[in-house]
Amino acid sequence: DIDGVGHKYCLELELEDVLDKDRTVSCTAEVLYPLGSKTSAPDVQVTVQGELRSTEEADQEFYNRIRSLEKELVAENIPDSHGNVPPELEPIHLLASVASGYVIWQNSTENTKFHLAQVKHVKQVKRSDEDLQFDFVVLLHEMVSQEVLPWELTLLWHPQRGARVSRD
Amino acid sequence: DQVLHIVPETFQQVQHLRLLCNTLMLDLWKPLLPEDIRAGADLHTRVPAPLVQEVKDSLDEHMISYRVLIPDVQKLVDQSMPRDRSSHRQVSGDYVYTEYHPMEEIYQWMTQIQRNSELVTQHFLGKTFENRTMYYLQISQPSNKPKKIIWMDCGIHAREWISPAFCQWFVKEILQNYKTDPKISRFLQNLDLYVLPVLNIDGYIYSWEQDRLWRKNRSPYENGTCYGTDLNRNFNSSWGSIGVSFNCSSDVFCGYGPESEPETRAVAEFIKSKKSDILCYLTIHSYGQFILTPYGSTTQPPSNNEELMQVAKEAAAALTGKYGTSYRVGSTALILYSNSGSSRDWAHTIGIPFCYTFELRDTGTHGFVLPANQIQPTCEETM
Repeated sequence: DIDGVGHKYCLELELEDVLDKDRTVSCTAEVLYPLGSKTSAPDVQVTVQGELRSTEEADQEFYNRIRSLEKELVAENIPDSHGNVPPELEPIHLLASVASGYVIWQNSTENTKFHLAQVKHVKQVKRSDEDLQFDFVVLLHEMVSQEVLPWELTLLWHPQRGARVSRD
Repeated sequence: DQVLHIVPETFQQVQHLRLLCNTLMLDLWKPLLPEDIRAGADLHTRVPAPLVQEVKDSLDEHMISYRVLIPDVQKLVDQSMPRDRSSHRQVSGDYVYTEYHPMEEIYQWMTQIQRNSELVTQHFLGKTFENRTMYYLQISQPSNKPKKIIWMDCGIHAREWISPAFCQWFVKEILQNYKTDPKISRFLQNLDLYVLPVLNIDGYIYSWEQDRLWRKNRSPYENGTCYGTDLNRNFNSSWGSIGVSFNCSSDVFCGYGPESEPETRAVAEFIKSKKSDILCYLTIHSYGQFILTPYGSTTQPPSNNEELMQVAKEAAAALTGKYGTSYRVGSTALILYSNSGSSRDWAHTIGIPFCYTFELRDTGTHGFVLPANQIQPTCEETM
């Protein structure tokens, strides 16, 4: 409890690589939820102890594949009702998770628990610069209210520059 | 069968292709008729497997270049069509427990299971809002001594597909192994199992046909502008007090009064009628990986909390022992969130000693849309 400021949580976490379950990395984090009713995102400081696996090759391959598509990528319902994701859409699903993570962070309080439930829709938008752009509609499930909230967001991604969310 | 892409260049080639199509009766996909074959225009034709080599040889002979557009037509057909649901599902021995099934198939499965087993009988429980019949299965070994009952219901929330999948798996496991597994046969000597595979049938169907993430039932409110009560907020246990909404558009709308919903009443009336014999009430949900004990509406522990917790902890340990999946154990109010009107709380308040809510896999990675390939491990560990 930090008087006049908010509630601070000190965490020790283990990150598990979604694509390589045996691979874990420890990290520590401090999360500060601000007091008051104004909705501002919690402040998060993270230190990763150890190295994250290099994904340069896969990133470049994905980047090249999308750049060389004749028609912009469009897809719906990832995963489908039975939980399946076609292999070529896996990276899109992962990017959606990342983008959702940002939105979840920006909208979290001590009384919310969000997860990405499903990607309702994704549309690639071709750009004149080097970034890939994906416009998503994601469905976020909030545990306490049990609501499923649709959220529109735009993600820019580049193999070296990484992911950035720009709001609609 | 293959589909070839050909672009004839000369009139001779066009003529030859027309001849080929007509004499071999090839299935022209583009253009529609041999007469419409033109030099410079795309030609797509399906060639039956036994003729493929002959056709290719003939094209080579006439210096007509071609490309294989589809190397295996059957494979493409199989991939793009939903599995033929009707023919395989006759006998429960062929029933695929590692897939999610629509309600139609679950109804058929119940009929089959009852037909094939001397232990199982199907019973009418009630009707849903949309007038569908709710059935439970009674698994009972004939005996002259009275037996206590374990009740388990699945699918109170439409989108939690792994839950009905588990109920079906559970029934299958019991019936397949009761003669050979000493634990199960001892169980059945002393206990009857009552299983309701899908409680919220209307909602479940809606999640297959319209909205995969639907949760509630399908009662209309406000002149049909708003649908659904959260059945797990609709029971008569501190109804409407906490963790609910009185707004129909909310996913935790508790209805206009306790037991306002036909599905709730069907379950409640039955359980009330048998309550002195029911030892254990189980209700299966997803997701989160919890074994939850009463209560949700208050952090006051139930009278038999120690025993409830001890059994739950042992269950969680056994579950983890299978595949390492970790489950948390505790009262809903303490480890999850506050809610009122839950079926589990209600069951305990009317005197059923052991009441648990199971929240099955996973913890959020897939959430409600758990891939079918996790049905087996989830069910095995939960057994």
